[in-house]
Amino acid sequence: MLKLENVQSGYGNILAVKGISLEVNQGEIITLIGANGAGKSTTLLTISGIVGCRSGRIFLYDEEIHTLGTDEIVKRGICQVPEGRHIFPELTVQENLDMGAFMRNDTQQIKQDLDYVYSLFPILSERRNQDGGTLSGGEQQMLAVSRALMAKPQLLLLDEPSMGLAPLIIKQIFEIIKKINLENNVTIFLVEQNANQALQIADRGYVIENGKITITGSADSLLSNKDVQKAYLGL
Amino acid sequence: MFTLQEIKRSLLVSIWFVFLTFPLMVIRVDSIEKTVQWRWMNMVYVAIGSFLLSFVFRYMLQRKEMKSDDNGDDDKKDKTGRSFIHQGLADPRYRNIILGSLLAVALIFPHVFSTYQTSIMTTALMYVVLGLGLNIVVGLAGLLDLGYVAFYAVGAYTYALLYHFFGLGFWVALPIGGLLAAAFGILLGIPVLRLRGDYLAIVTLGFGEIIRLVMENWGEFSQGPSGVSNIPRPSFLGIDMSLDTALIYTYYLMLLFVIFTIFFVNRLQDSRLGRAWIALREDEIACQAMGIDKMKTKLVAFSLGAFWAGIVGVIFAAKTTFISPRSFTFIESAIILSIVVLGGMGSIIGVIIGAFILILLPEYLRALSEYRMLAFGAILVCMMVFRPQGIIGSIRRTYTYKKQTDGEVS
Ligand SMILES: Nc1ncnc2c1ncn2[C@@H]1O[C@H](COP(=O)(O)OP(=O)(O)O)[C@@H](O)[C@H]1O
Ligand SMILES: [Mg+2]
Repeated sequence: MLKLENVQSGYGNILAVKGISLEVNQGEIITLIGANGAGKSTTLLTISGIVGCRSGRIFLYDEEIHTLGTDEIVKRGICQVPEGRHIFPELTVQENLDMGAFMRNDTQQIKQDLDYVYSLFPILSERRNQDGGTLSGGEQQMLAVSRALMAKPQLLLLDEPSMGLAPLIIKQIFEIIKKINLENNVTIFLVEQNANQALQIADRGYVIENGKITITGSADSLLSNKDVQKAYLGL
Repeated sequence: MFTLQEIKRSLLVSIWFVFLTFPLMVIRVDSIEKTVQWRWMNMVYVAIGSFLLSFVFRYMLQRKEMKSDDNGDDDKKDKTGRSFIHQGLADPRYRNIILGSLLAVALIFPHVFSTYQTSIMTTALMYVVLGLGLNIVVGLAGLLDLGYVAFYAVGAYTYALLYHFFGLGFWVALPIGGLLAAAFGILLGIPVLRLRGDYLAIVTLGFGEIIRLVMENWGEFSQGPSGVSNIPRPSFLGIDMSLDTALIYTYYLMLLFVIFTIFFVNRLQDSRLGRAWIALREDEIACQAMGIDKMKTKLVAFSLGAFWAGIVGVIFAAKTTFISPRSFTFIESAIILSIVVLGGMGSIIGVIIGAFILILLPEYLRALSEYRMLAFGAILVCMMVFRPQGIIGSIRRTYTYKKQTDGEVS
């Protein structure tokens, strides 16, 4: 459903993504793994139009989306959970979720989705009147994921959801990601440094180094790949 | 609670003050008699006065800190702290009584008080609208604009020059002034809104000065520093009005406009756009991820704010019948911004009270003659120390979820 062709992007005179091509199929969990500063976040930001695409093309189905604004891209069903969570600290949990549904008008459906999201993360339901900034790190990550779900995306872009969280929480969040993928048929593009966990739930993976894709293949093949093991799995 | 330490500190302050004011207050050189007078009594006054003031100041400060200590939850404290106005307004019965009586006072005001008072009050109302307009930009959208007066100037000059060159009347110039100001807002906004915080503030400050300097130096167009005079007052069905009637008429016009603005801004706060602004103020990246177009949303805030300034500008030109670049210096922007900050960013009632205090206080402090600016400054400093959130502070409408009821109940 999503296809990147030779995409380049960056900041000022820094080129962070140096010609990436990749493809995401409907219903998959795809993971993009790589070290710090490899260009993972920039890739996601480029897809959702927050960072401009310098050259190359991005397709959603058959439509070119790299020329569209962020609002148009969200309307087409791509929603991003930015790195470092970026929840609205002074809005309550409930208001944060309302903001997620900002582009939607179908009140009835929104209400249902809200209930669904609360059923995924019951802890958020308990905290619904609490300011987002007062949540713990794990809860904030759950809120960020839930808020993105409120946009009813077809494609969910997750930027390092495991960052700075305890192993137990990471496990819980990854399980939910898998669940979202299965139950709602949401395609997931997962960016991770935590390669092991990511590859456990993913169907396929790409390895990015220094702004370029170096290795690609099914999750299993990547898990058994010698280079990947040495560089990212710490084996 | 009150220790020797505090008394010692206050003593130090008072000694310091005595030292500072010594040459001014105690020594007096009589240049005719060629003698030096020593006014020791003044020194005693200064000492006692500054000691007491410092003591009271410390006492208040301590009390404020104590209050926030024994009530850790800041939010709760604030809510009870400023509840009486908000609660009064929340209950529809009280609200109608309060608003009704305020309106009644406003309506009979020009018939009870002198034209001088009415004129001051009209000015205050103008600043209420300016404050509310800037509040859209600063309070709601969180964009620090230090050149707001530029849009005010655009409005004023629009009317002045349209009349001067084309003989257009007040009612035609009014919307044109607003729209032109809004257009300038967009024009400035497109390059500038990429900047954030301090940078945005500096560029808008520059823009404010540019408009003023252009008006000052482009003689053929704007008549330069001497300004445009003989601008007609607002007309009403072509009736000839005496000076006093025209003034009262302007007052009512302004009053009507204030009510309209309050209504509009109130609706705006609760709208989708209002929510987008609040969210944008909190986290831009998150907003973009949610599909909010950052530039568009900010531009709307900027141009809406400018529109209001433009309209008030037209009314200002009509009220004073004379404008010159000197009416639009940076200090005007600073005053309007102070209104917003003093009143409480994002709060409509706060901004209104702020405007009245900042505009009326200096007028009525005239009794203190040369000390009035000093008193004014002291009041502002105290405000910032004791109520940094502004007089009213904005209470964000939070929706609390109640089980069994459907959806959002406030
Ligand atoms: N806002 C920015 N301005 C300038 N350079 C940036 C910015 N964000 C990231 N970069 C640079 O782009 C490169 C890729 O960054 P990023 O995509 O965040 O990497 P990753 O997410 O893989 O850790 C890095 O060299 C980083 O320094
Ligand atoms: Mg990153």
